[in-house]
Amino acid sequence: MKEEFRILSATAILGYGFPIQSFLAGMERKPHLIAVDAGSTDPGPYYLGAGISFTDRDAVKRDLEIMIQAGIENHIPVVIGTAGGSGAEPHLTWCREIVEEIAREQSLHFKLALIHAELEKDFIKEQFLQGKITPLEPAPPLTMENIEATTHIVAQMGIEPFLAAFESGPDVILAGRTYDPVCFAALAIKNGCDPALSLHLGKILECAAICATPGSGSDCMFGYIGEDYFRLEPLNPARKCTTLSVAAHTLYEKTNPYILPGPGGHLDLHECRFEQETDRIVKVSGTKFVPSANNTVKLEGTKSIGYRTVSIAGARDPVMIRQIDEIIKGVKERVADNFAGKLGDYSLLFHIYGRDGVMGPLEPHPSVAQAHELGIVIEATAASQQQADTICAFARSTMLHYGYEGRRATAGNLAFPYSPSDFHAGQVFVFSIYHLLQTDDPASLFPIDYLTL
Amino acid sequence: MKTRLTDITEIIRSKNSGPYELTLDIIFKDYENFNKVCAAQVINADLIARLYRIPKSDIINIVEFVPAKAIKATIRRPLCSGDIGETDVYGAQQHAPLLDVEFEI
Repeated sequence: MKEEFRILSATAILGYGFPIQSFLAGMERKPHLIAVDAGSTDPGPYYLGAGISFTDRDAVKRDLEIMIQAGIENHIPVVIGTAGGSGAEPHLTWCREIVEEIAREQSLHFKLALIHAELEKDFIKEQFLQGKITPLEPAPPLTMENIEATTHIVAQMGIEPFLAAFESGPDVILAGRTYDPVCFAALAIKNGCDPALSLHLGKILECAAICATPGSGSDCMFGYIGEDYFRLEPLNPARKCTTLSVAAHTLYEKTNPYILPGPGGHLDLHECRFEQETDRIVKVSGTKFVPSANNTVKLEGTKSIGYRTVSIAGARDPVMIRQIDEIIKGVKERVADNFAGKLGDYSLLFHIYGRDGVMGPLEPHPSVAQAHELGIVIEATAASQQQADTICAFARSTMLHYGYEGRRATAGNLAFPYSPSDFHAGQVFVFSIYHLLQTDDPASLFPIDYLTL
Repeated sequence: MKTRLTDITEIIRSKNSGPYELTLDIIFKDYENFNKVCAAQVINADLIARLYRIPKSDIINIVEFVPAKAIKATIRRPLCSGDIGETDVYGAQQHAPLLDVEFEI
């Protein structure tokens, strides 16, 4: 029987950390690959557009230091997908500099493959005009205007660029935006493992110990791929993988757990079986891969729509709380009237915690009838930070002294936890591209640099 | 007698499925109740539309996932994640209306 292919997944997202004992337990199992997913679109549009990581530099360095040292010492490739959280050029550079710093400080010498994932706007425009870009429902159709306004456009790479990079025998692969499972699956597939099982295992390993019970976003997980199955084993003795915890994870953040689309096709889980092998190890089999007629990659991009200033306050007066809707309406009218024709387009919103601050339009009980206090976040967005400041400050001071019906508390309507009361939330980004790009040669989209450190 | 959804489930949660969709997971404690709820079609489009005050056309799908004893409903997000007016970027706190669901099976 062929030896199982073994993968150590360090943590759910690079920089979320892991106990060193878990990692060492993983190393004892002699992995063929140490890998980690470093990204997500979950934290929203800001990080891709601004070119900033949502994870902390020191935390990322701590995780990478342990992984790279162990990899180099034991001749095990280390693969990092979606570097810097979003995987565009600034994110890749940010993470490359951390890797270089580690090499310098630890006197490590190794081969680094750097896979780029950011695409030029002109290329995207060309593809758009040729009808090669389609929206990923329910995203709206793409426009030339949105391509132009987008700050960074990335494509999610599949296995092709990794297979190419592995040809040169790199010690570390640092990749830009990557389809999450691929940084775990690519080397397994190169070594002859079943692509469906490798990708399905990758889909679970990319969240590391989240698939265990108790789950954790900051602990390691170990995967084994055999001829017609894969197995999952948590490395922390406090955790177990159960058929429920693993099957439940298959649902996580997915629209349809039976059909998991990715570059080049989709995983089909209709005949998938989850079996309890020991009380801590789960065995999975029966996953199929169905190639798609057209080869596509997913594009992501975000654009800036201005700057935001917020003010945080609370209200405890029951007379005020009952009239919160009228007060907000009155404040908005005062702001509009005071700066009529002077400020250009802006948005002024009031998040009312205690009414519908969490669920907004989805809230089934958007009422203040039961509330004894409200949390209020005033949010102004405008073309410049200064304009956003003006609107936020004026709305805040107007609300503070607003004379509502039946008011007894004439000294002020709001309780501010902070001085200053208003905060710069900085540049505001929104998703502008979430589309599929048709391509006959996916590897050509992701150029590779080979460096020797 | 009415059964509360919270009494027969292990997990009730919400999360983004990409920036344009919100997905609701209901994972049952045992196959007996899971099968009963599936057979009675308790978690249906009318229920989700009513709980979330959305038109049925905003429901993308409702799927029974047998390996996890789970029912999953995915809806269109009221806004793309992070657009102006966003209240929950990760979509992780949109499950609460499901906690109140009661039914006869």
